Amino acid sequence: MAASPLRIERPAARGFDPRALRGEFPIFTTHPELVFLDSGASAQKPRSVIDGIAEFYRSDYANVHRGVYSLSARSTDRFEEAREKVRAFLNAADEREIVFVRGATEAINLVAQSWGPAYLKAGDEIVISDVEHHSNLVPWQMLCEHVGARLVVAPTDATGEFDLAAFEALLTPRTRLVAVTHISNVTGTQLPIERIVQLAHAKGAKVLVDGCQAVPRMPVDVQALGCDFYVFSGHKVYGPTGTGVLYGRYDALDSMPAWQTGGGMISSVEYAETTFLEPPHRFEAGTPDIAGAVGLGLALDFIEGVGREAISEHEQALTGYAVDKLSRIPDVQVVPGGQHRLSVVSFNVDGVHPHDVGTVLDQHNVAVRVGHHCAQPLMDKLGVAGTVRASLGVYNDEADIDRLAAAVEACREMFVR
Amino acid sequence: MSDSGMDLRELYQDIILDHGRHPRNFRALEHPTHLARGHNPLCGDRVTVYLAVEGDRIADVSFEGRGCAISTAAASLMTEVLKGKTIDEARALFAQFHATVTGGEAGETSEALRDDFERLEPLTGVKAFPVRVKCATLPWHAFEAALKSGLAGDTVKTE
Repeated sequence: MAASPLRIERPAARGFDPRALRGEFPIFTTHPELVFLDSGASAQKPRSVIDGIAEFYRSDYANVHRGVYSLSARSTDRFEEAREKVRAFLNAADEREIVFVRGATEAINLVAQSWGPAYLKAGDEIVISDVEHHSNLVPWQMLCEHVGARLVVAPTDATGEFDLAAFEALLTPRTRLVAVTHISNVTGTQLPIERIVQLAHAKGAKVLVDGCQAVPRMPVDVQALGCDFYVFSGHKVYGPTGTGVLYGRYDALDSMPAWQTGGGMISSVEYAETTFLEPPHRFEAGTPDIAGAVGLGLALDFIEGVGREAISEHEQALTGYAVDKLSRIPDVQVVPGGQHRLSVVSFNVDGVHPHDVGTVLDQHNVAVRVGHHCAQPLMDKLGVAGTVRASLGVYNDEADIDRLAAAVEACREMFVR
Repeated sequence: MSDSGMDLRELYQDIILDHGRHPRNFRALEHPTHLARGHNPLCGDRVTVYLAVEGDRIADVSFEGRGCAISTAAASLMTEVLKGKTIDEARALFAQFHATVTGGEAGETSEALRDDFERLEPLTGVKAFPVRVKCATLPWHAFEAALKSGLAGDTVKTE
């Protein structure tokens, strides 16, 4: 059948059905009225992850990398299979570049505390952006204090776009590291990571990318991005809490000293000296969250099953719908998020404190995050105490945004009038 | 999701909305004898409470800061009932209010303070909204800190 020129079908609409996907998430069976718009803080869990973890404990569980018995071997296989899934998901070159950690926060602290003191000297500089989460700010601030380095902040402009020219001007021969988010958890701004990496590498600086908001909703290829480190949290990609990933280029990881020490990460121990394993095991001291890693692997399977291109297109369309819908409500100010904003929409209602908005929305069964979103310097820049933030997941659709808008209207009626 | 099962108007009664929009005694005192700041790190709310104590009596009381409707109204109503009270009466009112909103043992209100406590009644709707209780108690904690710190200007944080 010839395609009609009059009907333009959005690719995201083909086979992508958020209402059907909701059925995969038991939380919506328990709470059918719930409009969940806080996936940026933590995503809900699909049945395959919840049941898969229980099944792993029932069938394949033992400690990893330790036992000679077959059950331990099977558990180890499941654990390492999850590592391979993460490698493939990020298109890393080698699965030894994937370190399992507790979350993005731990991944960043690992780099700050292992790589940092080994390669940073007094007078060196670390560049971050002004839309960073505290977790990609405070560890670098502490490191700078520790070694006498300087923290430099690259700005976003009034439209919420990352200012590449200003960034380039801030790079100096003393820049050792650029640590930036892929997508802002407050504004939804997408940063031009490939260009940032090119400019930083030209100065000999390494680049760490906080991928927490990007990994759940767009294809991420660490080799194409060219970054040295990429981190994300499992619980934001529909996986279990307490899991996360540090990707590091092998040469970078291999040049880093051990961080936490203990069992599972040594090659030999004598009272006089200890030799450590190669990456990734060098950075995985102690019994890891085995079932968590397995669950994370299942979450990535879930995302691949839905399709990252499809998720990206769906959330992009829905983000646009939300911005448009909210902008039309009088007294509502949407925080700018640049041209490629994805999944995150922050806003304020004039004269109404975000916490009051949050309480009213909660009464309408609309779950959003309110407050400073772990980004106080950004709140200061925006001149607000906090914002109301709606963030999307695969289960959201236009009806959810309509319910959000209606609840915001109810809030206006109560407070503004 | 809400599990309070309560109407929003129980929380945001007209008197709360009114005091939230038009807070009374919203200024710094020129010659305070006591002051302290309250800070809720969760939401970034800040309040500064000023007292002018003469003898054992609160001659004047005011506040400044930024916060939600609940914390602003709580501070505003607090300043209204505290003015002219003795320190002991003020502490008794706080104890009664705190116990009521946190679900503790309230004890008996003395006859003399019953009218004052009734003025605080609209704020007790927060007890059905546990995450908002701290908004209502923040200015009172700042008041108590001011009594203790004099002009040193301590900062109390919500726990």
